[in-house]
Amino acid sequence: MGAPYKLDDSSVVVVIGSGAGGGTLGSQLARKGIDTVILEAGGRHEIDDFVNDEWTMFSKISWLDPRTTSGSWRIAKDFSGLPAWIVKAVGGSTVHWAGASLRFQAHEFKARTTYGDIPGANLLDWPLTLEELEPYYAKAESNMGVTRTNGIPGLPGNNNFKVMKAGADKLGYKTCHTGRMAINSKPRDGRPSCRQIGFCFQGCVIGAKWSTLYSDIPKGEDTGKLEVRPNSQVLKIEHDAKGKVTGVVYADKNGKLQRQKARIVCVAGNSIESPRLLLNSHSNMFPDGLANSSGQVGKNYMRHMTGSVYAVFDKPVHMYRGTTMAGIITDESRNDPKRGFVGGYEMETLSLGLPFMAAFLDPGAWGRSFTSALDMYENMAGMWLVGEDMPQESNAITLHPTKKDKYGMPIPNVHFDDHPNDVAMRNHAYKQGAAVYDAVGAVRTFPTPPYPSTHNLGTNRMSEKPRDGVVNKWGQTHDIANLFVSDGSQFTTGGAENPTLTIVALAIRQSDYIAEQMKKGAI
Amino acid sequence: MESAGKGPAVTRRNFIASSGAIALVISSGALISATEAWGVKVEALKPETMHTLIQMARDIYPHDRLADRFYALAVKGYDAQAGKDAALRKLIENGVTTLDGLAKAAHGAPYVGVGWEADRVALLRQIEHGAFFQKIRGGLVTGLYNNKEVWPIFGYEGESASKGGYLERGFNDIDWL
Ligand SMILES: Cc1cc2nc3c(=O)[nH]c(=O)nc-3n(C[C@H](O)[C@H](O)[C@H](O)COP(=O)(O)OP(=O)(O)OC[C@H]3O[C@@H](n4cnc5c(N)ncnc54)[C@H](O)[C@@H]3O)c2cc1C
Ligand code: SF4
Repeated sequence: MGAPYKLDDSSVVVVIGSGAGGGTLGSQLARKGIDTVILEAGGRHEIDDFVNDEWTMFSKISWLDPRTTSGSWRIAKDFSGLPAWIVKAVGGSTVHWAGASLRFQAHEFKARTTYGDIPGANLLDWPLTLEELEPYYAKAESNMGVTRTNGIPGLPGNNNFKVMKAGADKLGYKTCHTGRMAINSKPRDGRPSCRQIGFCFQGCVIGAKWSTLYSDIPKGEDTGKLEVRPNSQVLKIEHDAKGKVTGVVYADKNGKLQRQKARIVCVAGNSIESPRLLLNSHSNMFPDGLANSSGQVGKNYMRHMTGSVYAVFDKPVHMYRGTTMAGIITDESRNDPKRGFVGGYEMETLSLGLPFMAAFLDPGAWGRSFTSALDMYENMAGMWLVGEDMPQESNAITLHPTKKDKYGMPIPNVHFDDHPNDVAMRNHAYKQGAAVYDAVGAVRTFPTPPYPSTHNLGTNRMSEKPRDGVVNKWGQTHDIANLFVSDGSQFTTGGAENPTLTIVALAIRQSDYIAEQMKKGAI
Repeated sequence: MESAGKGPAVTRRNFIASSGAIALVISSGALISATEAWGVKVEALKPETMHTLIQMARDIYPHDRLADRFYALAVKGYDAQAGKDAALRKLIENGVTTLDGLAKAAHGAPYVGVGWEADRVALLRQIEHGAFFQKIRGGLVTGLYNNKEVWPIFGYEGESASKGGYLERGFNDIDWL
């Protein structure tokens, strides 16, 4: 049998979502000869559809369906309907991502053991070690073409990086380079090398940056074993009397409901939609939603401790020229509770174009103190701060009690409060970020608040014991053997590193496990 | 170092910008700039209201390097919208009436007649949490800054793919570090 598949073909593996997790998993399964259907809520926008324009691309491919927010985070005030910046399109958020690809550190898989009992934090060790994941990190790095791995040289430093590097050197930071980036510094895997276009967040118009859209998915499709069905939003996962999942109901491109049968279902809709879907799939047998015997579905929502520091100088920088995020200082990523918090953070170059800078530098601000900053846009350098945040049970995705989307599915509410550890870390990071720029003569620095979440994690977390989480070390739900979670919602804790490399490594590993379990007839 | 191509350095605008007051003339349903070559047709809103919106736009996001027409461009869409949306028209007209009331009480003149930016900003601070102000400010974030014509004035070069990116055009040309 080969693609396309029939709706009543109950032998297929259905993967929900085509981003970092789903796109990788679907492609890997197909390449093993397994019949796979990816259902993707968004449309298929190939590279020809990309333009170098921030708002145009944002409007074209972001997930803009209604969501609500609550909690004390500033996002709930400034962007109450937009808790997260996630892509709704084939390729998922790997279309917009910046490409920073870092491995977790060993201790980050043992957060509970390493950090101890932090009040208010729902910490847990991963049921997985760095050692176990290392071979899959290596495969992911090779698959994505990560610089500074596999003999691939680092990217050249742009102006924004040079400012960061000069400051880091002055401050005595030891490890500052142009990052481990899933962006070609040399032609590789049929994709050209980066031309320093500077619109990584808008979709790379030459495909130098890895994305499942044009890297993994076509390779899967070439085998004839993968069908990607765009404009297909899954509303419910169904199960039989034995509690095994049997397929999914989705709205097709015309809004018509369809039922796709399945042998196995893998959920990879990112950490807001995945728990929303599991919760919405409640039934008489599973009144609290699928795979939710622990009550942890939707809980422990993490978004990384983030923030940015921008600085203006008396001379031009042109930070927007070239790769958006190819620059990193890793010295602060260690766990050193003497700094007043557990866990660590990374400092990474970041640039926004003028339109986004106006929206995100200090949302809601106006008047001369704000505009005098934008007046210096040409002389600005910038960095993003990203660190480990504490999982808290009360930070959660829940189904809205009354509001529904256009298909009648309850919309998600995203509740978030910073943990005191997150606040202490952010303040430290703001101070260090400003110090980097002050060391090279910054005239003014701006501690910029977090943007709508780009790293959404933890809402179907991995746990050793079924009562502590939703999935086991393979991403298989504790409750239902043929139901998997394949995206960042599996993360037990967030680590300091950008998550995508780990999502991809887990998806490759999961594809091996699924293939082996299918062969054994276990699922 | 490659220059990003700034706008004209000093213009007449910069001299009159010290007060930030925008000189506009109302003529048969249109606002005509007294100092620049442009005008805005006003149909649904009162011309005086549009004048106030343009002045507010500059006072909310004051950039001395930007000509008045960019502010006019950023808010002129409200006229067409107000033509289709009675609630919006009411929000805007009532908002301006309130603002003018505050201005008259404090300075004996409508908002656009208050000479100093600092005085006008103090008036805006009194209404900044209201729906009218938030609507105008929110719209300006894209109305003003998402205009390709203003980008070069800020030294932002915009689209670069058609020029081959910055690989050979200054991505690493910083020379002062
Ligand atoms: C601007 C930006 C920059 C980033 N930079 C980096 C970076 O440098 N490094 C890094 O590691 N990470 C980065 N990220 C984060 C990274 O993109 C995400 O971590 C990653 O893509 C998440 O993978 P995922 O599979 O969980 O979800 P996604 O990649 O978001 O994919 C989820 C897909 O599922 C689809 N979907 C959701 N619900 C349904 C449904 N019910 N039915 C059908 N389909 C559905 C969505 O439409 C989407 O296409 C960035 C993100 C953004 C937005
Ligand atoms: S900077 Fe490089 S990776 Fe980023 S969009 Fe441009 S060419 Fe692509």
